[in-house]
Amino acid sequence: MSVLTYLIPISLFLGGVGLVGFLYTVRSNQYDDPEGDARRILSDEWDDHPKP
Amino acid sequence: MSTAVRPQLAACPGCVAAPNGTVEQAPTEARLALSLPSIHCQACISTVERGLNAVPGVRSARVNLTLKRALIEADPDVRALDLVPVLERLGFEAHELDLAALSATQTDQAGRDLLMRLAVAFFASMNVMLLSISVWSGASDATRDMFHWISAAITFPAILFAGQPFFRNAWQALRVGRLNMDVPIVLAIVLALLTSLWETSLSGEHAYFDAALTLTFFLLAGRYLDHRTRAVARSAAEELAALEVPRALRLDSAGQPVEVAVADLVIDDHILVRPGGRMPVDGVVLEGQSELDRSLLTGETLPVFAEVGSSVSAGEVNLTGPLVIRATAVGNESSLHQLADLVAIAESGRSRYTSLADRAAKLYAPGVHILSGLAFLGWYLFTFDMRVALNIAAAVLIITCPCALGLAVPAVTTAASGRLFKKGMLIKHATALERLAEVDTVVFDKTGTLTNGQPRCDDFDQLSLSDQRLAYALAQGSDHPLSVAICRAAAQAGIKAAVVTAQEEVPGYGSEALYGGQRVRLGRAAWVGAEPGEKTAAYLDRGAGAPQALTFSDSLRPGAADAVRALLNAGKDVWLISGDAEGAVCDLATRLGIKSWIAAALPQDKCDQVSLLSQQGHRVLMVGDGLNDTAALAAAHVSISPASALDAARVASDIVLLGQDLSPIAEACTVAQKATRRIRENFRIATLYNVIAVPLAVAGLATPLVAALAMSTSSITVSLNALRLR
Repeated sequence: MSVLTYLIPISLFLGGVGLVGFLYTVRSNQYDDPEGDARRILSDEWDDHPKP
Repeated sequence: MSTAVRPQLAACPGCVAAPNGTVEQAPTEARLALSLPSIHCQACISTVERGLNAVPGVRSARVNLTLKRALIEADPDVRALDLVPVLERLGFEAHELDLAALSATQTDQAGRDLLMRLAVAFFASMNVMLLSISVWSGASDATRDMFHWISAAITFPAILFAGQPFFRNAWQALRVGRLNMDVPIVLAIVLALLTSLWETSLSGEHAYFDAALTLTFFLLAGRYLDHRTRAVARSAAEELAALEVPRALRLDSAGQPVEVAVADLVIDDHILVRPGGRMPVDGVVLEGQSELDRSLLTGETLPVFAEVGSSVSAGEVNLTGPLVIRATAVGNESSLHQLADLVAIAESGRSRYTSLADRAAKLYAPGVHILSGLAFLGWYLFTFDMRVALNIAAAVLIITCPCALGLAVPAVTTAASGRLFKKGMLIKHATALERLAEVDTVVFDKTGTLTNGQPRCDDFDQLSLSDQRLAYALAQGSDHPLSVAICRAAAQAGIKAAVVTAQEEVPGYGSEALYGGQRVRLGRAAWVGAEPGEKTAAYLDRGAGAPQALTFSDSLRPGAADAVRALLNAGKDVWLISGDAEGAVCDLATRLGIKSWIAAALPQDKCDQVSLLSQQGHRVLMVGDGLNDTAALAAAHVSISPASALDAARVASDIVLLGQDLSPIAEACTVAQKATRRIRENFRIATLYNVIAVPLAVAGLATPLVAALAMSTSSITVSLNALRLR
């Protein structure tokens, strides 16, 4: 069972990375316009070159 | 008219209002905001953004489809009023917004806060659940204890952070000696944590850390849904309020107009009201002649002539010429505020309605406490073992957790208001849907609600071609509603305007010009020397022969006929109560098939009629837009006003109709009925589940596994049931 001493911290760490990532998306206003973002993906306007 | 274009104004009230001085980067930098009620797809986003970016001076434009709003960063000299026509040419309805009034909701701090807590609760519950599953599937002795300790180490800080909204609410309720839904929640969480910790330290078999966390997670999810629905409604409602800027032009001692806030006006101030402007106060006309649009106050469609000495009321719109008025009543004394007072009186009746959720909570909270107390007492008397008794009491509290109840209402209202929002309706009040479901009588206002409040020229086609061209030319010189109607009719018929010279608008009378060396006029009867007729009319004087009359009638709002028909088909009683003259009201009522109508109603009459219907046991839905409707809107069981309504009317109403179309009203009633049915179903599901689970808990058979299964199943069932509404 000694493998648990590695696996549990690793699983907690990975979960923590997910949590931090989510908090980052919240702080950077990525949930302000869920509907618009879902539609914007259909636009091919910036396909060939990035938005300036 | 816009204060939004002033960068310093847009920034400052926002900074002051923003909590902890934090200002979000992206939204507040945008200096202009436009409401776009008709956008709905990717093509719309691209068209609008491309169109706005093409305007010189616009640095960037971004559409928010969720809020149906465009935020624009532009040079200081670009005004929102310049952008509206650009979008209208592209085929989008656009309204200017006052960013200063919006910025309070730009950063949704409370929503973000809830979302963070939700994320932490989710993270913690997933990790603890993994450990718990290992325990349930056979981990024992030292391993089990270690897992329990790790769970505890994750759970305590997570709950301390994520559970704060519940702790705060419960404390507030307890401090004033009340019970609310949060008290049993907090008690369940705290008791679960304490007994689990106790059990763990004694290397006991059962710990409820996962249950405490999932309970917090599900309840936070309900809270967040609830908050989200209301935040969308509130921001859209504020968006509507942002359309009006309370400023006036006061003439100083030198006769120069100075812009001041309406609140600073005093009696005997001289105020300049430009054409298109709204009267800020009650007053008497000192200089100028014009026509006034009273439709929002009284429901009259016909403009009223105003000259030196006529009295005007706050809220009336000046149509044709500049007026200087002397203020006779300001602030609370003005007729506008006296109407608002009527609203305040009627509003107090509204708040007496208790929502289904509150009624359920009132039964629920004492119920579970008594139950868990009895379980504790029974087991203690039976075993004289504090540990067993406490464990069972905690299990009862956890298993009766109101997570199904806490999710039942928000999930349903979110689904229902999301569906109605897509149709262009905004639910402002938390219990509006429940009240709407009970409606059996619908009262409509006429002008501005069933009709556009915009006249349409009826007999333009009957004029000779040369007369049509002449009328078009004269009408182009004026912004009077009748002239605008003629221009619209001419544009539809594809007619070119005749060439006239020396065109001039005579405020209050009409427009005149020279045509082929002759004086031609378009205006009111007395001015062109005609006999005034019965109907709303403008008269065309061609310089020779008798003046030609052009009659007008108010055009129906799109969807009005459908809405009335659908409501009548649904077995509802439909009334038409208007402040307009009898002929016009009767005409409209017969056209729409409405049997009960009242004409020439004063604001008090409308309110009285609505109250009378309520006293007869009817549940009244009032649909109206004017100031004359506000009292009735507030007195009705539930009320709807169009977005074009005055601010006071929108404040008094529970639901705001965002688009032009009236037809969603009938659908809103059905959706509301369905939503209430779902809420009741959800309560029944939650009760059924408690009926099964509670005896198990009281009997001491509820292991953490059973609790987790039962809790998740009931929460998922009520959420899925709510989703059936979409």
